[in-house]
Amino acid sequence: MNQNNNYFHIPQIKKRNQKAARFQILATSAIIVAMSFLAFFLFDIIGKGYPAFKQSYVKVEIHIDEETASNPYGLLDREMTAIVSRAWLRTLPKEIGENPQWIGTTQTFWAMTGAEIDQYLKSKPNRVKDNIKVKVDELKANGDIESRFNIIFFFTGDSKIPENAGFYSAMIGSVLTMLVTMIIAVPIGIMTAIYLEEFAPDNKFTQFIEVNINNLAAIPSILFGLLGLAIFINFFGLPRSSALVGGMTLALMSLPIIIVSAKAALKSVPESIRQAGYGLGLTKWQITRDHVLPIAMPGMLTGSIIALAQAIGETAPLIIVGMIAFVPDAPTSVMSAATVMPAQIYTWSGMPELAYIEKTAAAIIVLLTVLLSLNTIAIVLRKKFTKRF
Amino acid sequence: METKAKIISRDLKLWYGQNQALNGINLDIFENKITAFIGPSGCGKSTYLRCLNRMNDLIPIAKIEGKIEIDGHDIYDPDIDVVAVRKKIGMVFQQPNPFPKSIYENVAYAPLMHDIVKKGSECDELVENSLKSAGLWEEVKDKLKSPGTAISGGQQQRLCIARAIAVQPDVILMDEPTSALDPISTQTIENLMVELKEKYTIVVVTHNMQQAARVADYTAFFHLGDLIEFNETEKIFVNPTHKKTEDYITGRFG
Repeated sequence: MNQNNNYFHIPQIKKRNQKAARFQILATSAIIVAMSFLAFFLFDIIGKGYPAFKQSYVKVEIHIDEETASNPYGLLDREMTAIVSRAWLRTLPKEIGENPQWIGTTQTFWAMTGAEIDQYLKSKPNRVKDNIKVKVDELKANGDIESRFNIIFFFTGDSKIPENAGFYSAMIGSVLTMLVTMIIAVPIGIMTAIYLEEFAPDNKFTQFIEVNINNLAAIPSILFGLLGLAIFINFFGLPRSSALVGGMTLALMSLPIIIVSAKAALKSVPESIRQAGYGLGLTKWQITRDHVLPIAMPGMLTGSIIALAQAIGETAPLIIVGMIAFVPDAPTSVMSAATVMPAQIYTWSGMPELAYIEKTAAAIIVLLTVLLSLNTIAIVLRKKFTKRF
Repeated sequence: METKAKIISRDLKLWYGQNQALNGINLDIFENKITAFIGPSGCGKSTYLRCLNRMNDLIPIAKIEGKIEIDGHDIYDPDIDVVAVRKKIGMVFQQPNPFPKSIYENVAYAPLMHDIVKKGSECDELVENSLKSAGLWEEVKDKLKSPGTAISGGQQQRLCIARAIAVQPDVILMDEPTSALDPISTQTIENLMVELKEKYTIVVVTHNMQQAARVADYTAFFHLGDLIEFNETEKIFVNPTHKKTEDYITGRFG
């Protein structure tokens, strides 16, 4: 055996290094596993979702006369009727009514294809009949079928016809709901935190309130939905499914999170700053407003944005207050029926038509983009406004 | 020159909860003099200093009895405004604690809040004079807009002194103002204190006995919440009356 005579040599060194290496491997592999789950999820969602941002259109020539103008379903031969979207045919009489000069002429349109044809063109599972497939291939070879950016997805509301279903009303619903949540939760939350942290006497009552706020932050969100249902809808009689009720319910849910994070931000302001203010004969309000708040602001903003980001992704409490409804038209006010992005995703994920799979994935991409941008804003704000000491 | 008592305290007692930290302090602090408080850690010298501008009010468990008068006005009278007391009695802390704002704003903020000056040239002048009095003007006059936290520790402490002066107090309390500073900055601040006593009454808590000997006109020795001895600095250091004072000064405990 090779005896090491170096004075600094200790026999345990090998074991110790091995232990350290083992720990490092464990930690690294934990990160790798987590990252690969995330990567798999993102890859899967983006792979499934991105085709939904494209929609195929087919060129059709239609001879328009008085009779066909009122009954568009007879306009096309059987094969073309199977290819063209029913939703497009339905809107045709309206369009003809707006352009009466078309009557008696033959017009060329680029019409949306039906969802099944669209799926077939995207080489996805579909139930298109073989003779139609032949016809579609023929049209495609002639350049009569084009794939375009799917404007409908971003600018229409929900529909029972998959190719006509869009995310627009859910996005507007989310914006309105978040506005209500933000207007209610952020000022109340931050003011509560300022009161509790800077002004409230440190007694049993204050402690009781603080403990309960911490507990509220940990309550399952669906219970806030029940609370919203009981108070806002049943007691105050506000309209069901509205962004107002949804926003207020989410505000209840976000409040404790905002309060806790704002309190932490205030707590991190060095006591010496307050002492300096008192030493100069400043009032508590002057110190809080001009010296403590500017330092705590980035932390409070970050906390609020993260609480709102969580609220944007929240579904359960909104199901209870009726925001899971089928909403084809975007809400025009906070009182009208609305749905939100995660609720729309939930609805679509349960639809039987295959075309809704990619719609669901695309909607998830939109939601994730919004969430990631909000978190990025939070990070940027914190970096930008944090004061150095 | 006739010395006049600026601050008088009579039988001042203070408790933190059940713990008595000050056991009845009787002390006269003279106008336009530097008074140093010395004593071992936990002797109550900082606590007593913080009684003089009612900073101990901020500690909920602190309870105070007795009387402190400044120019004959009781500062613990329940009808007075504590903010007005602190305005008259400035404070400089152990760690330099400038606000994370510009040098200019650091000095100008409190005077503007107290309506001592109006925004504009009047305020600029006050900032300049305060920084000059604190011996900082030459070093920072070209960077008044840069943050007060970006200058050196010694400069920050002088900025804090300038900030205190700008409120135009009568008394400046200094709680170990040089213990976080290097010897050269310490010397600058000590020279500054001697200059400032022309206009202000200065009370300084220090752990550094040489500092007390160098700058103070009067020295008070505290031990375990009692004021053991108070006299002219020379007498305290050369010929102390009490055994404890002598032991502390000669380094036998502390």
